[in-house]
Amino acid sequence: MTTNGDATVKVVPVRHVGQWIAAAIAAVLIAMLVHTLFSKLPTGQYACHLVNGVRKCHQITEWRFSWDIVGRYFFTSEILHGLLTTLELTVLSMLVGVILGVTIAVMRLSTNRLLSSTAWTYTWFFRGTPVLVQITVWYFISILYPVISFGIPFTNLTFFHFSTVSVFTPFIAGLVALGLNEAAYMSEIARAGLISVDEGQTEAASSIGMTRRQTLRFVVLPQAMRVIIPPTGNEVISMLKTTSLVSVIGVVELLGAATNIYANNYLIMPLLLVASLWYIVVTTVLSIGQYYLERRFAKGALRTPPPTPIQRLRRDVAGILSKVRTPRGVLGASR
Amino acid sequence: MSNPMVEVHDVHKSYGGVEVLRGVNLAVERGEVTCLIGPSGSGKSTLLRCINHLEKHDAGELRVDGDLVGYEARGGKLYERNDKQICAERSRIGMVFQRFNLFQHLTVLDNITIGQVKVKGVELVDARARARELLARVGLDNKEKNYPSQLSGGQQQRVAIARALAMEPKLMLFDEPTSALDPELVGEVLDVMKDLALSGMTMIVVTHEMNFAREVANTLYFLDVGVIEESGHPREILSAPKSERLKSFLSKVL
Repeated sequence: MTTNGDATVKVVPVRHVGQWIAAAIAAVLIAMLVHTLFSKLPTGQYACHLVNGVRKCHQITEWRFSWDIVGRYFFTSEILHGLLTTLELTVLSMLVGVILGVTIAVMRLSTNRLLSSTAWTYTWFFRGTPVLVQITVWYFISILYPVISFGIPFTNLTFFHFSTVSVFTPFIAGLVALGLNEAAYMSEIARAGLISVDEGQTEAASSIGMTRRQTLRFVVLPQAMRVIIPPTGNEVISMLKTTSLVSVIGVVELLGAATNIYANNYLIMPLLLVASLWYIVVTTVLSIGQYYLERRFAKGALRTPPPTPIQRLRRDVAGILSKVRTPRGVLGASR
Repeated sequence: MSNPMVEVHDVHKSYGGVEVLRGVNLAVERGEVTCLIGPSGSGKSTLLRCINHLEKHDAGELRVDGDLVGYEARGGKLYERNDKQICAERSRIGMVFQRFNLFQHLTVLDNITIGQVKVKGVELVDARARARELLARVGLDNKEKNYPSQLSGGQQQRVAIARALAMEPKLMLFDEPTSALDPELVGEVLDVMKDLALSGMTMIVVTHEMNFAREVANTLYFLDVGVIEESGHPREILSAPKSERLKSFLSKVL
Protein backbone atom coordinates (compact mmCIF):
# COMPACT_ATOMS: atom_id res chain seq x y z
CA MET A 1 0.00 0.00 0.00
CA THR A 2 1.30 3.41 -0.91
CA THR A 3 0.71 6.38 1.28
CA ASN A 4 0.56 9.97 0.27
CA GLY A 5 1.52 11.99 3.28
CA ASP A 6 -0.78 10.93 6.10
CA ALA A 7 -3.85 10.02 4.03
CA THR A 8 -4.25 6.49 2.75
CA VAL A 9 -4.50 6.41 -1.02
CA LYS A 10 -7.84 5.11 -2.25
CA VAL A 11 -7.85 2.22 -4.68
CA VAL A 12 -10.43 2.62 -7.46
CA PRO A 13 -11.50 -0.76 -8.83
CA VAL A 14 -11.72 -1.12 -12.61
CA ARG A 15 -15.26 -0.62 -13.98
CA HIS A 16 -16.60 -3.55 -15.96
CA VAL A 17 -18.93 -1.75 -18.37
CA GLY A 18 -19.70 -4.81 -20.47
CA GLN A 19 -20.69 -6.72 -17.36
CA TRP A 20 -23.11 -3.97 -16.33
CA ILE A 21 -24.81 -3.92 -19.73
CA ALA A 22 -25.15 -7.72 -19.75
CA ALA A 23 -26.55 -7.62 -16.22
CA ALA A 24 -29.07 -4.95 -17.23
CA ILE A 25 -30.25 -7.03 -20.18
CA ALA A 26 -30.54 -10.11 -17.97
CA ALA A 27 -32.55 -8.11 -15.41
CA VAL A 28 -35.03 -6.95 -18.07
CA LEU A 29 -35.46 -10.47 -19.46
CA ILE A 30 -36.01 -11.88 -15.98
CA ALA A 31 -38.57 -9.18 -15.23
CA MET A 32 -40.42 -10.02 -18.46
CA LEU A 33 -40.49 -13.70 -17.61
CA VAL A 34 -41.71 -13.09 -14.06
CA HIS A 35 -44.37 -10.76 -15.41
CA THR A 36 -45.72 -13.44 -17.76
CA LEU A 37 -45.80 -15.91 -14.87
CA PHE A 38 -48.24 -13.70 -13.01
CA SER A 39 -50.10 -12.09 -15.90
CA LYS A 40 -53.66 -12.80 -16.98
CA LEU A 41 -55.07 -13.67 -20.40
CA PRO A 42 -58.48 -12.67 -21.82
CA THR A 43 -60.87 -15.58 -22.20
CA GLY A 44 -63.03 -14.01 -24.91
CA GLN A 45 -66.03 -14.13 -22.58
CA TYR A 46 -67.70 -11.11 -21.07
CA ALA A 47 -69.37 -10.58 -17.77
CA CYS A 48 -72.04 -7.90 -17.55
CA HIS A 49 -73.94 -6.43 -14.63
CA LEU A 50 -75.98 -3.43 -13.80
CA VAL A 51 -74.35 -0.56 -12.00
CA ASN A 52 -76.85 2.17 -11.03
CA GLY A 53 -79.17 0.97 -13.77
CA VAL A 54 -76.44 1.04 -16.41
CA ARG A 55 -75.32 -2.27 -17.90
CA LYS A 56 -71.57 -2.55 -17.78
CA CYS A 57 -69.57 -5.34 -19.36
CA HIS A 58 -65.96 -6.39 -19.04
CA GLN A 59 -63.94 -9.22 -20.42
CA ILE A 60 -63.19 -12.15 -18.13
CA THR A 61 -59.50 -12.88 -17.71
CA GLU A 62 -57.68 -15.75 -16.09
CA TRP A 63 -54.14 -16.56 -14.96
CA ARG A 64 -51.89 -17.35 -17.89
CA PHE A 65 -50.41 -20.21 -15.83
CA SER A 66 -53.74 -21.19 -14.23
CA TRP A 67 -52.38 -20.81 -10.71
CA ASP A 68 -55.85 -21.20 -9.26
CA ILE A 69 -56.24 -24.65 -10.87
CA VAL A 70 -52.67 -25.60 -9.88
CA GLY A 71 -53.48 -24.71 -6.30
CA ARG A 72 -56.68 -26.69 -6.41
CA TYR A 73 -54.93 -29.88 -7.53
CA PHE A 74 -51.64 -29.50 -5.66
CA PHE A 75 -52.75 -31.38 -2.55
CA THR A 76 -55.38 -33.73 -3.96
CA SER A 77 -55.08 -37.29 -2.75
CA GLU A 78 -54.41 -38.65 -6.24
CA ILE A 79 -51.39 -36.38 -6.66
CA LEU A 80 -50.14 -37.07 -3.14
CA HIS A 81 -50.47 -40.83 -3.64
CA GLY A 82 -48.53 -40.49 -6.88
CA LEU A 83 -45.88 -38.48 -5.09
CA LEU A 84 -45.59 -41.17 -2.42
CA THR A 85 -45.15 -43.87 -5.07
CA THR A 86 -42.48 -41.75 -6.78
CA LEU A 87 -40.61 -41.32 -3.49
CA GLU A 88 -40.87 -45.02 -2.66
CA LEU A 89 -39.57 -46.02 -6.07
CA THR A 90 -36.73 -43.48 -5.88
CA VAL A 91 -35.56 -44.52 -2.43
CA LEU A 92 -35.87 -48.26 -2.98
CA SER A 93 -34.31 -48.37 -6.43
CA MET A 94 -31.44 -46.14 -5.28
CA LEU A 95 -30.94 -48.49 -2.34
CA VAL A 96 -30.71 -51.44 -4.73
CA GLY A 97 -28.51 -49.39 -7.04
CA VAL A 98 -26.04 -48.25 -4.38
CA ILE A 99 -25.62 -51.62 -2.65
CA LEU A 100 -25.36 -53.58 -5.88
CA GLY A 101 -23.27 -50.84 -7.51
CA VAL A 102 -20.63 -50.83 -4.73
CA THR A 103 -20.52 -54.63 -4.88
CA ILE A 104 -20.00 -54.55 -8.65
CA ALA A 105 -17.31 -51.87 -8.27
CA VAL A 106 -15.43 -54.02 -5.75
CA MET A 107 -15.81 -57.02 -8.08
CA ARG A 108 -14.53 -54.95 -10.98
CA LEU A 109 -11.38 -54.10 -9.00
CA SER A 110 -10.87 -57.72 -7.93
CA THR A 111 -7.76 -59.57 -9.06
CA ASN A 112 -9.99 -62.50 -9.97
CA ARG A 113 -10.56 -62.26 -13.73
CA LEU A 114 -13.96 -63.95 -13.73
CA LEU A 115 -15.28 -61.54 -11.10
CA SER A 116 -13.90 -58.45 -12.80
CA SER A 117 -15.15 -59.44 -16.24
CA THR A 118 -18.58 -60.34 -14.85
CA ALA A 119 -18.74 -56.86 -13.35
CA TRP A 120 -17.63 -55.29 -16.62
CA THR A 121 -20.23 -57.24 -18.60
CA TYR A 122 -23.00 -56.24 -16.20
CA THR A 123 -22.20 -52.57 -16.59
CA TRP A 124 -21.84 -52.94 -20.34
CA PHE A 125 -25.23 -54.61 -20.70
CA PHE A 126 -27.30 -52.39 -18.42
CA ARG A 127 -25.78 -49.16 -19.65
CA GLY A 128 -26.12 -50.35 -23.21
CA THR A 129 -29.89 -50.81 -23.32
CA PRO A 130 -32.56 -48.13 -22.83
CA VAL A 131 -34.08 -48.12 -19.37
CA LEU A 132 -37.53 -47.90 -20.93
CA VAL A 133 -36.86 -51.24 -22.64
CA GLN A 134 -35.60 -52.72 -19.39
CA ILE A 135 -38.74 -51.63 -17.54
CA THR A 136 -40.96 -53.23 -20.16
CA VAL A 137 -38.90 -56.43 -20.26
CA TRP A 138 -39.08 -56.87 -16.48
CA TYR A 139 -42.83 -56.34 -16.62
CA PHE A 140 -43.17 -59.09 -19.21
CA ILE A 141 -40.40 -61.27 -17.74
CA SER A 142 -42.88 -64.10 -17.09
CA ILE A 143 -42.96 -64.75 -20.84
CA LEU A 144 -39.27 -65.74 -20.68
CA TYR A 145 -39.29 -67.29 -17.20
CA PRO A 146 -42.83 -68.34 -16.25
CA VAL A 147 -41.77 -70.02 -13.00
CA ILE A 148 -39.19 -69.07 -10.39
CA SER A 149 -37.96 -72.11 -8.51
CA PHE A 150 -35.31 -72.75 -5.88
CA GLY A 151 -33.49 -76.04 -6.08
CA ILE A 152 -30.27 -77.62 -7.27
CA PRO A 153 -29.17 -76.19 -10.62
CA PHE A 154 -29.29 -78.45 -13.69
CA THR A 155 -31.38 -81.10 -11.88
CA ASN A 156 -35.11 -81.57 -11.45
CA LEU A 157 -34.81 -81.09 -7.70
CA THR A 158 -36.74 -78.03 -6.55
CA PHE A 159 -37.52 -77.05 -3.00
CA PHE A 160 -40.20 -74.47 -3.74
CA HIS A 161 -41.38 -72.44 -6.67
CA PHE A 162 -43.87 -69.74 -7.56
CA SER A 163 -45.19 -68.17 -10.70
CA THR A 164 -43.31 -65.15 -11.99
CA VAL A 165 -46.48 -63.17 -12.72
CA SER A 166 -47.45 -63.21 -9.04
CA VAL A 167 -44.10 -61.72 -8.03
CA PHE A 168 -43.53 -59.18 -10.77
CA THR A 169 -46.33 -56.73 -10.10
CA PRO A 170 -45.92 -53.46 -11.99
CA PHE A 171 -44.35 -51.83 -8.93
CA ILE A 172 -41.85 -54.67 -8.37
CA ALA A 173 -41.01 -54.86 -12.07
CA GLY A 174 -40.37 -51.12 -12.12
CA LEU A 175 -38.30 -51.28 -8.95
CA VAL A 176 -36.17 -54.16 -10.26
CA ALA A 177 -35.64 -52.48 -13.61
CA LEU A 178 -34.70 -49.10 -12.14
CA GLY A 179 -32.53 -50.64 -9.39
CA LEU A 180 -30.56 -52.93 -11.69
CA ASN A 181 -30.08 -50.20 -14.26
CA GLU A 182 -28.96 -47.77 -11.57
CA ALA A 183 -26.46 -50.31 -10.21
CA ALA A 184 -24.61 -50.17 -13.51
CA TYR A 185 -24.13 -46.41 -13.23
CA MET A 186 -23.48 -46.49 -9.49
CA SER A 187 -20.78 -49.12 -9.96
CA GLU A 188 -18.81 -46.73 -12.14
CA ILE A 189 -19.28 -43.91 -9.64
CA ALA A 190 -18.18 -46.16 -6.77
CA ARG A 191 -15.22 -47.43 -8.77
CA ALA A 192 -14.07 -43.88 -9.46
CA GLY A 193 -14.32 -43.19 -5.72
CA LEU A 194 -12.40 -46.31 -4.75
CA ILE A 195 -9.51 -45.70 -7.13
CA SER A 196 -9.33 -42.05 -6.08
CA VAL A 197 -8.08 -43.08 -2.64
CA ASP A 198 -4.30 -43.04 -2.48
CA GLU A 199 -2.66 -46.46 -2.49
CA GLY A 200 -0.63 -45.39 0.52
CA GLN A 201 -3.82 -45.50 2.59
CA THR A 202 -4.30 -49.18 1.76
CA GLU A 203 -0.66 -49.92 2.48
CA ALA A 204 -0.80 -48.14 5.81
CA ALA A 205 -3.94 -50.08 6.72
CA SER A 206 -2.25 -53.37 5.79
CA SER A 207 0.84 -52.41 7.74
CA ILE A 208 -1.13 -52.17 10.97
CA GLY A 209 -2.62 -55.56 10.24
CA MET A 210 -6.03 -54.72 8.80
CA THR A 211 -7.52 -57.38 6.54
CA ARG A 212 -8.62 -56.40 3.06
CA ARG A 213 -12.23 -56.26 4.19
CA GLN A 214 -11.38 -54.01 7.16
CA THR A 215 -9.25 -51.79 4.96
CA LEU A 216 -12.14 -51.33 2.54
CA ARG A 217 -14.68 -50.68 5.28
CA PHE A 218 -12.73 -48.44 7.65
CA VAL A 219 -10.15 -46.73 5.44
CA VAL A 220 -10.93 -46.77 1.73
CA LEU A 221 -14.73 -46.46 1.56
CA PRO A 222 -15.04 -43.55 4.02
CA GLN A 223 -12.53 -41.60 1.97
CA ALA A 224 -14.04 -42.68 -1.33
CA MET A 225 -17.39 -41.29 -0.13
CA ARG A 226 -16.12 -37.78 -0.68
CA VAL A 227 -15.82 -38.52 -4.39
CA ILE A 228 -18.87 -40.80 -4.54
CA ILE A 229 -21.47 -38.50 -2.93
CA PRO A 230 -21.74 -35.62 -5.43
CA PRO A 231 -22.45 -37.80 -8.49
CA THR A 232 -24.67 -40.04 -6.36
CA GLY A 233 -26.74 -37.00 -5.40
CA ASN A 234 -27.00 -36.35 -9.10
CA GLU A 235 -28.19 -39.92 -9.61
CA VAL A 236 -30.86 -39.63 -6.90
CA ILE A 237 -32.24 -36.47 -8.49
CA SER A 238 -32.11 -38.06 -11.91
CA MET A 239 -33.81 -41.19 -10.54
CA LEU A 240 -36.61 -39.09 -9.02
CA LYS A 241 -37.61 -38.13 -12.53
CA THR A 242 -36.71 -41.39 -14.26
CA THR A 243 -39.32 -43.13 -12.09
CA SER A 244 -41.93 -41.42 -14.26
CA LEU A 245 -41.06 -43.97 -16.97
CA VAL A 246 -42.72 -46.77 -15.00
CA SER A 247 -46.08 -45.23 -15.91
CA VAL A 248 -45.72 -47.22 -19.17
CA ILE A 249 -46.32 -50.44 -17.22
CA GLY A 250 -49.21 -48.97 -15.29
CA VAL A 251 -47.63 -47.76 -12.07
CA VAL A 252 -49.39 -44.56 -11.03
CA GLU A 253 -46.61 -42.34 -9.77
CA LEU A 254 -46.54 -38.54 -9.64
CA LEU A 255 -46.55 -37.81 -13.37
CA GLY A 256 -48.88 -40.77 -13.97
CA ALA A 257 -51.38 -39.35 -11.48
CA ALA A 258 -51.25 -35.96 -13.18
CA THR A 259 -51.70 -37.59 -16.59
CA ASN A 260 -54.68 -39.58 -15.37
CA ILE A 261 -56.35 -36.41 -14.18
CA TYR A 262 -55.79 -34.36 -17.31
CA ALA A 263 -56.87 -37.29 -19.48
CA ASN A 264 -60.33 -36.66 -18.04
CA ASN A 265 -60.52 -32.87 -17.74
CA TYR A 266 -58.02 -31.72 -20.39
CA LEU A 267 -56.32 -29.34 -17.93
CA ILE A 268 -52.97 -30.41 -19.36
CA MET A 269 -50.76 -27.42 -18.52
CA PRO A 270 -51.93 -26.88 -14.94
CA LEU A 271 -51.48 -30.55 -14.05
CA LEU A 272 -48.05 -30.74 -15.67
CA LEU A 273 -47.22 -27.68 -13.56
CA VAL A 274 -48.47 -29.45 -10.42
CA ALA A 275 -46.25 -32.45 -11.12
CA SER A 276 -43.25 -30.30 -12.07
CA LEU A 277 -43.55 -28.17 -8.95
CA TRP A 278 -43.58 -31.27 -6.78
CA TYR A 279 -40.47 -32.59 -8.57
CA ILE A 280 -38.76 -29.26 -7.93
CA VAL A 281 -39.75 -29.26 -4.26
CA VAL A 282 -38.33 -32.74 -3.73
CA THR A 283 -35.18 -31.93 -5.74
CA THR A 284 -34.59 -28.89 -3.56
CA VAL A 285 -34.91 -30.92 -0.38
CA LEU A 286 -32.54 -33.56 -1.81
CA SER A 287 -29.98 -30.93 -2.81
CA ILE A 288 -29.91 -29.50 0.70
CA GLY A 289 -29.47 -32.99 2.12
CA GLN A 290 -26.63 -33.66 -0.31
CA TYR A 291 -24.86 -30.47 0.73
CA TYR A 292 -24.73 -31.46 4.38
CA LEU A 293 -23.81 -35.07 3.58
CA GLU A 294 -20.88 -33.82 1.50
CA ARG A 295 -19.67 -31.68 4.37
CA ARG A 296 -19.82 -34.63 6.69
CA PHE A 297 -17.63 -36.79 4.48
CA ALA A 298 -15.22 -33.98 3.61
CA LYS A 299 -13.83 -34.21 7.14
CA GLY A 300 -10.07 -34.13 7.11
CA ALA A 301 -9.91 -33.43 3.40
CA LEU A 302 -9.76 -29.68 3.86
CA ARG A 303 -7.82 -27.80 6.50
CA THR A 304 -10.70 -25.45 7.15
CA PRO A 305 -14.11 -26.59 5.94
CA PRO A 306 -16.02 -23.85 4.04
CA PRO A 307 -18.88 -22.21 5.96
CA THR A 308 -22.43 -23.44 5.46
CA PRO A 309 -24.74 -21.06 3.54
CA ILE A 310 -26.37 -20.08 6.83
CA GLN A 311 -22.98 -19.30 8.39
CA ARG A 312 -22.03 -17.36 5.26
CA LEU A 313 -25.27 -15.36 5.39
CA ARG A 314 -24.69 -14.56 9.06
CA ARG A 315 -21.15 -13.44 8.31
CA ASP A 316 -22.25 -11.27 5.38
CA VAL A 317 -24.95 -9.61 7.44
CA ALA A 318 -22.48 -8.99 10.26
CA GLY A 319 -20.06 -7.54 7.71
CA ILE A 320 -22.64 -5.15 6.27
CA LEU A 321 -23.75 -4.09 9.75
CA SER A 322 -20.20 -3.32 10.82
CA LYS A 323 -19.71 -1.27 7.63
CA VAL A 324 -22.90 0.65 8.35
CA ARG A 325 -21.74 1.39 11.88
CA THR A 326 -18.28 2.60 10.84
CA PRO A 327 -18.93 4.48 7.60
CA ARG A 328 -15.32 5.15 6.78
CA GLY A 329 -14.78 4.11 3.21
CA VAL A 330 -11.08 3.68 3.81
CA LEU A 331 -9.14 0.63 2.79
CA GLY A 332 -8.61 -2.10 5.32
CA ALA A 333 -12.02 -1.71 6.94
CA SER A 334 -12.73 -5.36 6.23
CA ARG A 335 -10.06 -8.00 6.46
CA MET B 1 24.18 -64.70 15.46
CA SER B 2 21.77 -66.55 17.64
CA ASN B 3 18.08 -66.06 17.03
CA PRO B 4 18.10 -62.72 15.23
CA MET B 5 14.90 -60.72 14.76
CA VAL B 6 15.16 -60.58 10.99
CA GLU B 7 16.97 -63.03 8.72
CA VAL B 8 17.09 -62.39 5.01
CA HIS B 9 18.68 -65.13 2.97
CA ASP B 10 19.30 -64.90 -0.77
CA VAL B 11 16.09 -62.95 -1.46
CA HIS B 12 15.18 -62.20 -5.05
CA LYS B 13 12.42 -59.98 -6.39
CA SER B 14 11.56 -58.89 -9.94
CA TYR B 15 9.06 -56.46 -11.34
CA GLY B 16 8.08 -57.46 -14.86
CA GLY B 17 11.46 -58.79 -15.91
CA VAL B 18 13.53 -56.26 -13.99
CA GLU B 19 15.31 -57.86 -11.08
CA VAL B 20 15.20 -55.37 -8.22
CA LEU B 21 16.63 -57.64 -5.53
CA ARG B 22 19.30 -60.04 -6.70
CA GLY B 23 20.12 -62.24 -3.74
CA VAL B 24 20.09 -60.09 -0.61
CA ASN B 25 21.44 -61.41 2.68
CA LEU B 26 21.19 -59.66 5.99
CA ALA B 27 20.48 -60.28 9.65
CA VAL B 28 19.13 -57.91 12.25
CA GLU B 29 19.73 -58.70 15.89
CA ARG B 30 17.13 -57.97 18.55
CA GLY B 31 17.25 -54.45 19.89
CA GLU B 32 19.55 -53.28 17.14
CA VAL B 33 19.15 -50.46 14.67
CA THR B 34 20.02 -51.30 11.09
CA CYS B 35 20.26 -48.65 8.41
CA LEU B 36 19.96 -49.33 4.71
CA ILE B 37 21.53 -46.79 2.40
CA GLY B 38 21.99 -46.74 -1.33
CA PRO B 39 21.10 -44.85 -4.48
CA SER B 40 17.48 -44.67 -5.60
CA GLY B 41 16.36 -47.79 -7.40
CA SER B 42 18.84 -49.93 -5.49
CA GLY B 43 16.05 -51.98 -3.91
CA LYS B 44 16.11 -50.61 -0.34
CA SER B 45 12.41 -49.89 -0.16
CA THR B 46 11.53 -53.12 -1.94
CA LEU B 47 13.52 -55.09 0.62
CA LEU B 48 11.70 -53.32 3.44
CA ARG B 49 8.34 -54.00 1.86
CA CYS B 50 9.21 -57.67 1.40
CA ILE B 51 10.02 -57.95 5.11
CA ASN B 52 6.48 -56.71 5.81
CA HIS B 53 5.04 -58.86 3.00
CA LEU B 54 3.59 -55.77 1.34
CA GLU B 55 5.42 -57.25 -1.64
CA LYS B 56 5.93 -60.95 -2.26
CA HIS B 57 9.52 -61.98 -2.83
CA ASP B 58 10.14 -64.44 -5.65
CA ALA B 59 12.87 -66.59 -4.15
CA GLY B 60 14.91 -66.94 -1.00
CA GLU B 61 14.08 -67.07 2.66
CA LEU B 62 12.81 -64.26 4.82
CA ARG B 63 12.22 -64.76 8.52
CA VAL B 64 10.95 -62.37 11.16
CA ASP B 65 11.27 -63.58 14.75
CA GLY B 66 11.97 -67.08 13.42
CA ASP B 67 8.79 -67.27 11.32
CA LEU B 68 8.76 -67.30 7.54
CA VAL B 69 7.10 -64.12 6.32
CA GLY B 70 3.91 -64.85 4.42
CA TYR B 71 4.46 -68.58 4.18
CA GLU B 72 4.24 -71.69 6.26
CA ALA B 73 6.64 -74.59 5.85
CA ARG B 74 4.83 -77.95 6.00
CA GLY B 75 6.13 -81.25 4.66
CA GLY B 76 8.87 -79.74 2.55
CA LYS B 77 6.52 -77.25 0.87
CA LEU B 78 5.84 -73.58 1.41
CA TYR B 79 2.17 -72.76 1.77
CA GLU B 80 1.19 -69.16 1.27
CA ARG B 81 -0.66 -67.87 4.30
CA ASN B 82 -4.15 -66.46 3.94
CA ASP B 83 -5.04 -62.80 4.28
CA LYS B 84 -5.97 -63.10 7.96
CA GLN B 85 -2.76 -64.88 8.99
CA ILE B 86 -0.59 -62.43 7.08
CA CYS B 87 -2.41 -59.53 8.69
CA ALA B 88 -1.86 -60.98 12.15
CA GLU B 89 1.85 -61.27 11.34
CA ARG B 90 2.00 -57.76 9.96
CA SER B 91 0.33 -56.17 12.95
CA ARG B 92 3.49 -56.94 14.95
CA ILE B 93 5.72 -55.26 12.37
CA GLY B 94 5.37 -51.48 12.43
CA MET B 95 5.95 -49.55 9.27
CA VAL B 96 6.53 -45.85 8.76
CA PHE B 97 6.22 -44.52 5.22
CA GLN B 98 7.97 -41.77 3.35
CA ARG B 99 4.67 -40.01 2.71
CA PHE B 100 3.23 -40.67 6.21
CA ASN B 101 0.03 -42.25 4.86
CA LEU B 102 -2.05 -41.17 7.83
CA PHE B 103 -5.75 -41.92 7.47
CA GLN B 104 -6.94 -38.56 6.16
CA HIS B 105 -10.55 -38.95 7.30
CA LEU B 106 -9.68 -39.65 10.93
CA THR B 107 -8.43 -37.40 13.69
CA VAL B 108 -4.94 -37.90 15.07
CA LEU B 109 -6.34 -39.80 18.05
CA ASP B 110 -8.50 -42.04 15.84
CA ASN B 111 -5.53 -42.77 13.59
CA ILE B 112 -3.74 -44.27 16.56
CA THR B 113 -6.83 -45.94 17.99
CA ILE B 114 -8.34 -47.66 14.96
CA GLY B 115 -5.73 -50.40 14.61
CA GLN B 116 -5.81 -51.26 18.29
CA VAL B 117 -9.61 -51.53 18.27
CA LYS B 118 -10.23 -53.20 14.91
CA VAL B 119 -7.16 -55.44 14.69
CA LYS B 120 -6.13 -56.15 18.26
CA GLY B 121 -9.61 -55.94 19.76
CA VAL B 122 -8.58 -53.51 22.50
CA GLU B 123 -11.43 -51.70 24.29
CA LEU B 124 -11.89 -48.17 22.97
CA VAL B 125 -11.20 -46.56 26.35
CA ASP B 126 -7.92 -48.43 26.78
CA ALA B 127 -6.94 -47.79 23.16
CA ARG B 128 -7.51 -44.06 23.63
CA ALA B 129 -5.49 -44.03 26.82
CA ARG B 130 -2.61 -45.76 25.07
CA ALA B 131 -2.92 -43.42 22.07
CA ARG B 132 -2.65 -40.38 24.37
CA GLU B 133 0.38 -41.91 26.06
CA LEU B 134 2.05 -42.40 22.67
CA LEU B 135 1.14 -38.90 21.53
CA ALA B 136 2.81 -37.52 24.63
CA ARG B 137 5.84 -39.65 23.82
CA VAL B 138 6.17 -38.15 20.34
CA GLY B 139 5.45 -34.69 21.74
CA LEU B 140 2.02 -34.12 20.20
CA ASP B 141 -0.35 -34.47 23.12
CA ASN B 142 -2.15 -31.23 22.19
CA LYS B 143 -3.00 -32.34 18.65
CA GLU B 144 -5.32 -35.31 19.23
CA LYS B 145 -8.41 -33.62 17.78
CA ASN B 146 -6.69 -32.36 14.62
CA TYR B 147 -6.94 -33.97 11.24
CA PRO B 148 -3.69 -34.99 9.50
CA SER B 149 -4.07 -32.24 6.89
CA GLN B 150 -3.87 -29.66 9.68
CA LEU B 151 -0.43 -30.84 10.79
CA SER B 152 3.03 -30.15 9.44
CA GLY B 153 4.92 -32.97 7.74
CA GLY B 154 7.09 -33.55 10.78
CA GLN B 155 4.06 -33.73 13.05
CA GLN B 156 2.31 -36.12 10.68
CA GLN B 157 5.31 -38.41 10.63
CA ARG B 158 5.45 -38.44 14.42
CA VAL B 159 1.76 -39.39 14.49
CA ALA B 160 2.55 -42.15 11.98
CA ILE B 161 5.25 -43.46 14.30
CA ALA B 162 2.78 -43.39 17.21
CA ARG B 163 0.23 -45.23 15.07
CA ALA B 164 2.75 -47.99 14.37
CA LEU B 165 3.85 -48.17 18.01
CA ALA B 166 0.24 -48.53 19.15
CA MET B 167 0.24 -52.04 17.71
CA GLU B 168 3.11 -52.97 20.09
CA PRO B 169 5.41 -54.06 17.29
CA LYS B 170 8.48 -56.20 17.85
CA LEU B 171 10.10 -54.66 14.80
CA MET B 172 9.83 -51.23 13.24
CA LEU B 173 10.49 -50.54 9.57
CA PHE B 174 11.14 -46.97 8.40
CA ASP B 175 10.97 -46.27 4.67
CA GLU B 176 12.81 -42.98 4.15
CA PRO B 177 10.88 -41.35 7.00
CA THR B 178 12.38 -37.90 6.55
CA SER B 179 12.69 -37.68 2.76
CA ALA B 180 9.40 -35.86 2.25
CA LEU B 181 10.05 -33.32 5.00
CA ASP B 182 11.20 -29.72 4.91
CA PRO B 183 14.78 -29.58 6.22
CA GLU B 184 13.87 -27.84 9.45
CA LEU B 185 11.35 -30.57 10.31
CA VAL B 186 13.74 -33.51 9.87
CA GLY B 187 15.25 -33.14 13.33
CA GLU B 188 12.02 -33.62 15.28
CA VAL B 189 11.33 -36.93 13.54
CA LEU B 190 14.88 -38.18 13.94
CA ASP B 191 14.74 -37.30 17.65
CA VAL B 192 11.68 -39.49 18.10
CA MET B 193 13.44 -42.30 16.24
CA LYS B 194 16.59 -41.95 18.35
CA ASP B 195 14.47 -42.09 21.47
CA LEU B 196 12.82 -45.24 20.13
CA ALA B 197 16.21 -46.81 19.38
CA LEU B 198 17.37 -46.06 22.92
CA SER B 199 14.31 -47.80 24.31
CA GLY B 200 15.55 -51.01 22.71
CA MET B 201 13.25 -51.26 19.68
CA THR B 202 14.56 -53.34 16.79
CA MET B 203 14.57 -51.04 13.79
CA ILE B 204 15.38 -51.19 10.10
CA VAL B 205 15.71 -47.72 8.62
CA VAL B 206 16.01 -46.88 4.95
CA THR B 207 17.51 -43.43 5.02
CA HIS B 208 19.59 -40.76 3.39
CA GLU B 209 20.42 -39.17 6.75
CA MET B 210 24.05 -40.20 7.08
CA ASN B 211 24.47 -38.47 10.41
CA PHE B 212 21.56 -40.38 11.86
CA ALA B 213 23.01 -43.63 10.50
CA ARG B 214 26.41 -42.82 11.96
CA GLU B 215 25.04 -41.91 15.37
CA VAL B 216 22.27 -44.42 15.90
CA ALA B 217 22.79 -47.49 13.72
CA ASN B 218 24.51 -50.60 14.99
CA THR B 219 24.91 -51.93 11.48
CA LEU B 220 24.86 -50.23 8.12
CA TYR B 221 24.12 -51.92 4.82
CA PHE B 222 24.89 -50.32 1.49
CA LEU B 223 22.64 -51.62 -1.28
CA ASP B 224 23.37 -51.13 -4.93
CA VAL B 225 21.54 -52.61 -7.92
CA GLY B 226 19.81 -55.22 -5.80
CA VAL B 227 22.70 -56.61 -3.77
CA ILE B 228 24.39 -55.71 -0.51
CA GLU B 229 27.59 -54.12 -1.66
CA GLU B 230 29.07 -53.42 1.73
CA SER B 231 28.08 -53.76 5.38
CA GLY B 232 29.45 -53.24 8.82
CA HIS B 233 29.68 -50.73 11.61
CA PRO B 234 28.47 -47.35 10.29
CA ARG B 235 31.42 -45.31 11.50
CA GLU B 236 33.90 -47.63 9.81
CA ILE B 237 31.96 -47.93 6.59
CA LEU B 238 31.24 -44.24 6.27
CA SER B 239 34.76 -43.07 7.06
CA ALA B 240 36.60 -45.80 5.18
CA PRO B 241 34.43 -47.20 2.38
CA LYS B 242 36.05 -50.14 0.62
CA SER B 243 34.02 -50.51 -2.58
CA GLU B 244 34.21 -48.00 -5.41
CA ARG B 245 30.43 -47.80 -5.61
CA LEU B 246 30.07 -46.78 -1.97
CA LYS B 247 32.88 -44.27 -2.35
CA SER B 248 31.19 -42.62 -5.30
CA PHE B 249 27.76 -42.75 -3.55
CA LEU B 250 29.13 -41.13 -0.41
CA SER B 251 30.92 -38.46 -2.40
CA LYS B 252 27.53 -37.42 -3.74
CA VAL B 253 25.49 -37.47 -0.53
CA LEU B 254 27.93 -36.32 2.16
